[in-house]
Amino acid sequence: MSILGTRVVRTEDPRLLTAGGTYTDDLRLPELAGALRVTFVRSPVAHAEITGIDAKEALDSPGVVAVLTAADADDLPPAAGRPTTEPLLATDRVRYVGEPVAIVLTEDGYQGEDAAELVSVDYTPLDAVIGMGAALAGESLLFPAAGSNVLRSGGGPAPDGAFDGCDVVVQRTFPNQRVAPVPLEVRAAAATWADGRLTLWASTQNAQQARDQVAEALGLDAAEVRVITPDVGGGFGAKIATDRDTIVVAWAARRLGQPLRWVETRNENLLGMVHGRAQQHTIRIGGTRDGRILAYHLDIVQDCGAYPRFGLFLPSLTQLMASGVYDLPYCGSSFRVVVTNTTPISAYRGAGRPEATAAIERAVDLFAAEIGQDPAEVRRRNLVPPDAFPYTTPGGAVYDTGAYPAALDKVLAAAGYPELRAEQARRRERGDAAQLGIGVSCYVEITAGDYSGGETSRLVVDGTGAATVYTGSSPHGQGHATAYAMLVTSELGIPMDRITVRHGDTDEVPRGIGTYGSRSLQLGGSAVHQAAAEVRDQARGLAAGLLEASEADLELDLSRGVWQVRGDPDTALSWAAVAGQAGPAGLAADVDFKPASPTFPFGAHVAVVEVDTETGKTTLLRHITVDDAGRVLNPVLAEGQRHGGIAQGVAQALLEEVRYDPDGNPLTSTLADYAAITATELPSFELVPMETPTTVNPLGVKGIGEAGTIGAAPAALSAVVDAVAHLGVRHIDMPATPLRVWTAIREARS
Amino acid sequence: MTVNGAEVAAEVEDRTLLVHFLRETAGLTATNIGCDTTSCGACTVLLDGESVKSCTVLAAQADGHDVVTAEGLAMKGAGEAGGGELHPVQRAFRSEHGLQCGFCTPGMVLASVSLLRENPRPTEEQVRMGLEGNLCRCTGYHNIVRAVLAAAGEMAAEPAEAGAEAGAEVAR
Amino acid sequence: MIPAPFSYQRAATVDEALALVSEYGDEAKFLAGGHSLLPLMKLRLAQPEVLVDLAPLRELSYIRDAAGHIAIGALTRHHDVQHSALLAQAVPLLAHAAGQVGDPQIRHRGTLGGSLAHGDPASDLPAVILALDAVMVARGPAGEREIAAADFFQGLFETALEPDELLVEVRVPKPAEAGWSFQKFTKRAIDWAIVGVAVQGSAVALVNMASTPVRAAGVEGALAAGAAPRDAAAHAADGTSPVEDINATPAYREHLARILTGRALAEAAGRAG
Repeated sequence: MSILGTRVVRTEDPRLLTAGGTYTDDLRLPELAGALRVTFVRSPVAHAEITGIDAKEALDSPGVVAVLTAADADDLPPAAGRPTTEPLLATDRVRYVGEPVAIVLTEDGYQGEDAAELVSVDYTPLDAVIGMGAALAGESLLFPAAGSNVLRSGGGPAPDGAFDGCDVVVQRTFPNQRVAPVPLEVRAAAATWADGRLTLWASTQNAQQARDQVAEALGLDAAEVRVITPDVGGGFGAKIATDRDTIVVAWAARRLGQPLRWVETRNENLLGMVHGRAQQHTIRIGGTRDGRILAYHLDIVQDCGAYPRFGLFLPSLTQLMASGVYDLPYCGSSFRVVVTNTTPISAYRGAGRPEATAAIERAVDLFAAEIGQDPAEVRRRNLVPPDAFPYTTPGGAVYDTGAYPAALDKVLAAAGYPELRAEQARRRERGDAAQLGIGVSCYVEITAGDYSGGETSRLVVDGTGAATVYTGSSPHGQGHATAYAMLVTSELGIPMDRITVRHGDTDEVPRGIGTYGSRSLQLGGSAVHQAAAEVRDQARGLAAGLLEASEADLELDLSRGVWQVRGDPDTALSWAAVAGQAGPAGLAADVDFKPASPTFPFGAHVAVVEVDTETGKTTLLRHITVDDAGRVLNPVLAEGQRHGGIAQGVAQALLEEVRYDPDGNPLTSTLADYAAITATELPSFELVPMETPTTVNPLGVKGIGEAGTIGAAPAALSAVVDAVAHLGVRHIDMPATPLRVWTAIREARS
Repeated sequence: MTVNGAEVAAEVEDRTLLVHFLRETAGLTATNIGCDTTSCGACTVLLDGESVKSCTVLAAQADGHDVVTAEGLAMKGAGEAGGGELHPVQRAFRSEHGLQCGFCTPGMVLASVSLLRENPRPTEEQVRMGLEGNLCRCTGYHNIVRAVLAAAGEMAAEPAEAGAEAGAEVAR
Repeated sequence: MIPAPFSYQRAATVDEALALVSEYGDEAKFLAGGHSLLPLMKLRLAQPEVLVDLAPLRELSYIRDAAGHIAIGALTRHHDVQHSALLAQAVPLLAHAAGQVGDPQIRHRGTLGGSLAHGDPASDLPAVILALDAVMVARGPAGEREIAAADFFQGLFETALEPDELLVEVRVPKPAEAGWSFQKFTKRAIDWAIVGVAVQGSAVALVNMASTPVRAAGVEGALAAGAAPRDAAAHAADGTSPVEDINATPAYREHLARILTGRALAEAAGRAG
């Protein structure tokens, strides 16, 4: 029986549990001995001109070796020259609180914090652009040379007549609010410049992209840069490639010719690491009184923060997935991307797709409420039917496989939906202060959206019979080492404890794309699977020679990990023997796996909440999910991804929000103020298994990493609104904090 | 101070935080720093057998006391990382997949050890309340809670083993 | 992330602690559990030049039955207050509230005296102490004096303690009226109270409704005049001045105060039996 599909505990864990991981700030390497510490000086104001920087007092501070600003960056290639180009260290203007302005290099970290306070920067404040309304109004421009705060737009309004034939049309505007990724490990880097080469250790989700980014920024060839990825304490999209802070560290290491290390504080992280989401949605949905949705339009305003990073492109993903799981006669969308004096926006768990799902799920609920029908039934009536795949959406996505009605049925059954509605009815009848809310969401999402880049795998079986996988994937908690070892053992019969998975060092893995967008198992795993098959084919030929038999007469006994003449165990040849026969380098295969398309996992969630109608506080009682990402290789890993995803989705729905005051001062820049979700706000989750394989890759797998988040937020929000719907509430903005819920109840009652 | 059973002594700045003393002076990097506001619990260690957030304790305050970090938690006879016997709580975290990126894990495990010492048979709710000071971003806490409950069950069944925890500890 | 430089001093006796603080004056602060002071120092919102560590003063950690009251040493940790069998029986309100402070790690370090001396109206224990009409015992160069809870909390982070005085004991009268409740309203369990209510008998005190903990005088007056608890609770916000912040508006806080007071009075009545 294959190990694939079985529950396998992780190979990564013994080391992590006993020694703790080696994260970037844990490195104690000889190359970094005597490294100076980097401390950033960051802008305390949201929008200002820099009129002077005086480092004299800082330079006199104990342990200070240097203070560097943009003025020292004369050894860098000229900037791209677009008005919106983001500098490394701020030049003449700062555009968000936390923007890097200078660095102080000290002998130890404590000195750095002292000295950074002494760097005196003169700011002439400018009007801060906070909020999409202010950005669109354009009275103050972040980039005067760009002429507008709107950097990009697309799509268009619904054509005339799109909503004809609708008995009912609902329109609403609501936020998909800015959140902070909050990986437990903040950003960190270490760098050395030696023998004309830069070595950079960074907490990244893809060393190869980081290498290319750093090389370009510093005017180096990729071969002159080596990026090494230590253990990474969570990424969630926010550590894709690298960013200006890390590039500054690399630059400074070259400039000084001394090893440097950097780790930020959490406060810096909440200001300086990219934020996620920050869209505003205007939905328009129309249909018949018996629940058929005829038309849906989504307008998006994307706040991309002070500089265009991936936030510039997020709305395109939202547009692509706008129609969700529904078969809609008309679905259209439009977007504008604006800059504001806030932290830049980039990919965060779901990156554009949670937004699409949140918008249409809210719209469907509003439509259901308007026509007075059960929201689960309205969904069922409009789902893409199971025989319609591959299904091309109005947005141009081609869904590979899906069974949306079955997912909905399963989750409703597992939740005990009729009983929940009955309990809700009883509490409403009694007028209880604690009301029950049930929220349903149906979702589909795109994984391996950048499938054309594929993923690499090199597999080597050496003369000792051990196997080493070199993957372009870059795990930061997902358990790829275990999953990929399972793939190798299932193909070759080499025991798990003789398989090593290497990643994240560009000298070992020069080409690779990395781990984000839920791409790794389907791309990286397929590459490993294919490489294993190629190694097996090579081995078969060599074994045939050694055994003086024909290849057709040979078998690979997977349970013992030996090649033998079929049915004759006495002829057993070890992998060591076969690999030794291949030469000193053993057996090797290099694969660049490039599928023809992305994949589309899907699912349905039910959230059950209790809302204290007197205080507005929500307690999440249960959260039941179907998350179908095709074949499940290791249920342990898949469940873990679902759990983590659900928690972040619920967090956005109920608790978390990055906030600024009207002057652009951050209000949530510590973990005491930013309400990152803890164990006490969550129940244990109820996961329903469902596997609808894809035909896009040989493993039949789709991506699971972001699905839980995408399905969870709409369901949780929907449940809160549902709990107080009988009081006249139709909508509450995320996050549905106690204040918001109480306010909604009050307003509905008045 | 004693750290994982071994005497560690050094002269440091008065303002040195215990977490930095452990990471930089004692060379034990399993204890991590995840925030600046005593919120996240990644820095949790055992001080005289009780969980504390080592980012909010001065090294000077721990002078003369006993500290246990994740590295010191494995059972007597544990060898290098990856070898030796895991503490029942560590074993349970592995078997229940209670860790993903691992960054919160040392603190989470020690907070759990302390929790179980004070309440050997917690309910699920008590486990969640007991870990309110420890943030995890990867797991959604589901498997962490299962791990603690599983460890509680195992330790209740074998009290001798639980009592023989790391030689580094001091009975309180 | 790390405090500005300071000098760490350790006091072996109370007198030594007082002498050190006298010597350094304004530049010195006492260090008890450190979980109110050190977080401020790490953010550099407080920058004392000298810390006088009181940890060696183990004689200030005790919970004793002193006939009419329970005497609690100022350096008694929240954890010990929470788990005290004596308090569970004699003043369960205090034991319960101590278990609501922060999280288990914080409760292993933070002290009752440290929390009270810090004077944060958003902390749980000052309001509880106020509801219990406790008496603070302070020792200074001139000797010991008693400060009633009603006089102790004077403003935001301001108490009646002189800079050279050390809080040494908290005397909690054994409640005359049975029935207690502590309602702490938060978004997450780990948060400071958005609003909190402590009830002991007919004494009602509020967390985070003003710059100090306050007794809900309107509620107490209504109860004394014979109002039903539900009606008395409607006065919970009388005379308060709640702030606006990211979690609440003043109107919301006032509403919560009323709701939580009603619940607290009902729970207390249920416990009074």
